[in-house]
Order: sequence, then C-alpha cells, then structure tokens
Amino acid sequence: MTIAIFLFFVFFTLGLSWWLGKRAKTASGYFAAHGQVGWFVNGIAFAGDYLSAASFLGICGLIAFYGYDGFLYSIGFLAGWVVALFVIAEPIKKLGKFTFADALSAKFGNSRGITLAAAISTLVISIFYLIPQMVGAGSLIKPLLGLPEVLLGPYDVAGMKLSLTGHALGVIGVGGIVILIVVTAGMVSTTWVQFIKGSMLVVFCAVLVVAILARGVPTVAGPQEATLKQLTGRTDQQSDEKMVVSDVKLNRLLYGDTPADKPSAALGPAEFIKKLGDTTIVRSLPATQPNGPSIVLRDGATVGMMATPGDELLLPGGYFKGIRSEKLVDRLDFVSLMLALFCGTAALPHILIRYYTVKDSASARKSTVVGIIAIGFFYVLTLYIGLGAMVSGNIDPKDSNMSAPLLAQTFGQLPFAIISAIAFTTVLGTVSGLILAASGAIAHDLIETVFGHQASDHAKVNSAKWAAAGVGVIAVVLGILFKSFNASFLVGWAFNIAASANLPAIVMLLFWGGTTRQGIVASILVGLISSLTWLLLTKEAFVNIYGYTGHLGIAPFSQPGLVTIPLAFITLVVVSLMTRPRWVLRGLTG
Amino acid sequence: MSDPGASHDAHHRSPNQELGMVLFIIYFALYAGFIAITVYDYKLLGKELFGGINLAIGYGMGLIIAAVALAILYAWLAKPDPVEPNEAAEI
Repeated sequence: MTIAIFLFFVFFTLGLSWWLGKRAKTASGYFAAHGQVGWFVNGIAFAGDYLSAASFLGICGLIAFYGYDGFLYSIGFLAGWVVALFVIAEPIKKLGKFTFADALSAKFGNSRGITLAAAISTLVISIFYLIPQMVGAGSLIKPLLGLPEVLLGPYDVAGMKLSLTGHALGVIGVGGIVILIVVTAGMVSTTWVQFIKGSMLVVFCAVLVVAILARGVPTVAGPQEATLKQLTGRTDQQSDEKMVVSDVKLNRLLYGDTPADKPSAALGPAEFIKKLGDTTIVRSLPATQPNGPSIVLRDGATVGMMATPGDELLLPGGYFKGIRSEKLVDRLDFVSLMLALFCGTAALPHILIRYYTVKDSASARKSTVVGIIAIGFFYVLTLYIGLGAMVSGNIDPKDSNMSAPLLAQTFGQLPFAIISAIAFTTVLGTVSGLILAASGAIAHDLIETVFGHQASDHAKVNSAKWAAAGVGVIAVVLGILFKSFNASFLVGWAFNIAASANLPAIVMLLFWGGTTRQGIVASILVGLISSLTWLLLTKEAFVNIYGYTGHLGIAPFSQPGLVTIPLAFITLVVVSLMTRPRWVLRGLTG
Repeated sequence: MSDPGASHDAHHRSPNQELGMVLFIIYFALYAGFIAITVYDYKLLGKELFGGINLAIGYGMGLIIAAVALAILYAWLAKPDPVEPNEAAEI
C-alpha cells in the first residue's frame, strides 16, 4: 500500500505537469506562467516552493535529535520573509521580467556585466540549494521502497570502491522525475505542483500534530530506570518519570517490543511542551561520546546513548554547541547563521522568480502575505513534529532526515505512506523551482542577454529545457556525494551564499542612488566568491567532503554571512564611489 | 539625459516602501533581541513564561506570530499603486 500511494502521487504530479505543459509554449509561459497566476495560488506556491526538504525533513530531524536548535532554523527561515515582503517584493516585481538579473540590470539599460554576474550567482545558489533537496530525497526513498543499503557493487574502479546504494537510487529517481516536470512544462506546471504540495504539506502536518498531541507523551517507568542508570551512570533527580527514545530495534534490544509502557493522556500544545520539559529523555544519537554508553544495532552500526533532562532540550545549544561556548568566535557562528537566514530568503533566485508569475506589484505583495501565513503556520508545526518524533520510539539514529516520516509510521502504514509521499512531492516542488531558476539564468540571462544570441521563443524554451536537464544531472551527482549532511545544515550554506552575493546588490539598488553597475557587479562577485571560499574551508567541508577526519578547518567558523554580507555591501559602496559618473561628482563638489 | 552608469531615478520612496521600512525595523529589533539573548545568556531563555513554556519557546513562537501579524498589518495598511506600469515589458 505504501508503494501504491507513493506511485499515485508521482504519476498524479507527472500527469498534471504534462497536461499543464500544453499551455506553456512561449518563453513568457515557460519562465513566468504568462504573469497570470492569481495572488492566492502564488502565495501557497511560495510556501510549496520554500518549504523544502530542509524545512520538513531537516528541521524536524534536528529537533528530534537535538531539541530546540532545529526550531532556530524555523525562526530564521520565516524571518527572512519579512525582508522579502517589506523591502523586496513590490520593487522587484516592478523592475523584472523573467529573472532577478532582469531586475538588477533594468536601471542600467540592460547591463551585460550585471546579467553575467547575477546569472553565475543564480546558478551557484541554485545548485547549493539543490544538494540538500536531493540528499533528503535519497533518505526518503530508501526506507519507503525497502531498498537495501547497497544495491549493486562495490566495484573496484581505479582503486576506488564504487557502489549503487539505495540512497543513490532515490536521488537519481527524484532527479529524473523533476527533469521531466521542468522539461515538459516550466513555470505553469511548477506553480501548480508547488500549490498542491504546499497545501497538502500544511494540512497533513497539522493533522499529524493533532495526532501527536492526542497521544501525549508516553513514558517508561520502573525497571527501565535501572537500565537508564546503567546507560548513563547517574540518576536524574529532576523528574520521577523516565522516557526512553530510540530506534525501534534499539528498544527491542533494551526493553522488549514496546517503546513505552506508560501511555499518556491527550495534551494541549502548552501541556505537551511542559510534559517534555519535566521528563528525562534518553536519545540515541549517531555519534558515540568518548567513554559514553553506546549500543550496537543489528546492522552493526554503533550509536551513542544520552540521557538529557527535557528542559535542557528545550534550550538552544544542543546542536549549535557554540551558543554555550565561552569563546566569542564560537558564538559568532550562530549569529552568522541567523543573519544569513534573515537576509537569504529575499535573495534566493527560485523565490524571486515567483514575483514574475503574478500580474502586478499588489499581487506580489498579497501573495507574499499569504505565503508568510502558510509558512509561519507550518513552522509552528515543525516544533511539535520534531519533539513528537523525539519521543516516538521510532528514530533512525543514523539519519535525522527520516525522523518525520518515521514518526508518522508510529501511527500506522497509511500515515507513513502519505507523509512520505508528501515529503517526496515537497522535494519535487522545490527542486522544480530551483531547476527552473537555474535554466532561466542559462537560457535567458547567459545565452540571450550576455552572449547576444537572439533566438525565437520556441528555440529559447528549448535551450532552457536542455539547461534544466544539465542542472538536474549535476544536482543528482552532488546529492549522492553529500549524503552524510543534514538537509537544513546544507540549506544554511545556500542562504549564506544568497545573502552575501545577491542581497546587498538588491537592497542598494533600491535604496541608494549612488549605486553603479560596476558596484553591483563587484558586490555580487565578491559576495559569491568570498562566501563560497569560506564554506569550502570550514571544518564540515574538510571532514565530510574532503574526508579529513578530525580536521578543524581553516575558516574560523562555519557560517560566513557575518563577514561576507557586510563585505559585499562595503564593496558595492566603494566601487560605486570610484565609478560614479563625472556629472554626479561635479554636482557633489558644487 | 540620464546616465546609464548610476541608478538615480529609482529612489523616490512610495508610501508602501516607507511603511515597509518601519515594520521591517520593528521586526528586526525583535529578531536581534532574540539573537542577543541567545548569545549572551542562553540560560535566561530557560525562564518559565507561563504554564511550563520557557522564554525560548515563547520568544521563538512570538517571532513567528509577529511576522504573520506584521505581514497582515502591512497588507491592510498598504496603498494600491496609482499606476502599474510593467517596466519589464519595456526591457
């Protein structure tokens, strides 16, 4: 049944895409849905576009594993929409046509330099944003279809061990379907896929939260306390109830078939939080602590066990260790992330292109408000889904991204199938938007504006489709390589790049009369290169990408935004002042 | 004659931009306050606000609700544009 529901969602999406694709033959239809999408549909499509695998799988997974810190992403992701609505939405709609490069260059007589810089930035950001979506897709498909860890191989190729894993197959599957969607129809079908996905995601997550609250917080008592002492070496005196949270297999090993033996009454939203805060929670985590309790799963993997007072899990610092550090530089990492999330949303290319699908700036404003309401409601739900997953007794300690679907599984196979299928369409909706933004950057910005290749509408749409396929293939390869990252963490990187490369240019263009085209080009390139270089020199890159276990990295902290966003602003001001037209300088000097 | 090198004609603020800027500053102050507390004294966020809800949860939820409330306020107060020239069509 799980697979049947999943396949229904996939074929429904593809069918819808094909049917709507028949209406989008022109460049205006392909890139901007003819600018005729209604503001309410566009608002929900904003939610469908924005609530990606990082929001659903990543945030819920982080909360389930580490508590409150995942919710920090919810706060930051929504806060970014305030910038989008109050600063960006209406002017960007008035200035642009198909892409954000149009808006930046419009005031300068369609500058090729600006278009080139903006197109490169769009491509880099879209690809960085695509990676976590693909990672999330791979995580989903493997358990959903019951795929083994390794499907084929490993093969020894030139000294490297290569194999086709269940995760890789998931990434390839999503990539293939999304390329089909974008190639068949463009923005028209992408809008409707995002609208349907956004609606379903919010509605079904609300239903899931109602079920979580109705179940309350089941706990274990009695004999398990002894086990808890053995595991942790201490007894927590703060609470009289002990909760065991872990992989189902783990629970079987430790406590028999039931993860909890003391059912709870239904709880209200505040009571649920209070109950969690009053309870000691034993979590199984992917990494073992030195000399800490750990246990070996049936598949041979070792996971650590940790007992933590619930009220501590409802405080920041469980995942972002820097928050609780004495060192200022560690705390700056967190500040930098929150700044990037705040500034990044309004600079994401796949969000910006949605402003060209509505007819006027009033529609742009209204659709952003609808988007904020839907997205804000969803982010409130993430806290309960994450905490519900934490105490569900059904967590995969090796993959935080699977926490929300596995939580749904504790309510039965049907909810699991529905939530997994929705998560899958979540990936489809966001990836479609990203690939469309990237293909627009290539076909419209690079080929037509920068290289001056004037083609017919039909040829332009065709080149965009080829570009979409190429970007999709790159995303698939990177999605396989970045398997071990949490989806939200990777999206945080994309926000840093977007906030550094795009936002200073957009804001200064709108609010400072002295902005020159040279200033904009320099700002985009400095923001892009500095943030990208910083990210590739972080500890996470050295350990997870280059394979240097234990390497501390070269960058002082993981999130570059705190340094690279101001750097891009300063660059724009300095270069603009240096390249100001003479008549302006004469006017200034009297 | 306008010079294509600079963007001097783009900076006449509309009433909506003025309103948006005020609401933006209000929200930014709330957001910055949250980050400041988290960085300088995260334990303060453990203080109970009401009914077992600590400041961390209350402030975080408050930021989400504030974003939604300010967005609705903006939509309510924003003035319709007198003309809607689609400048993009001229590009």
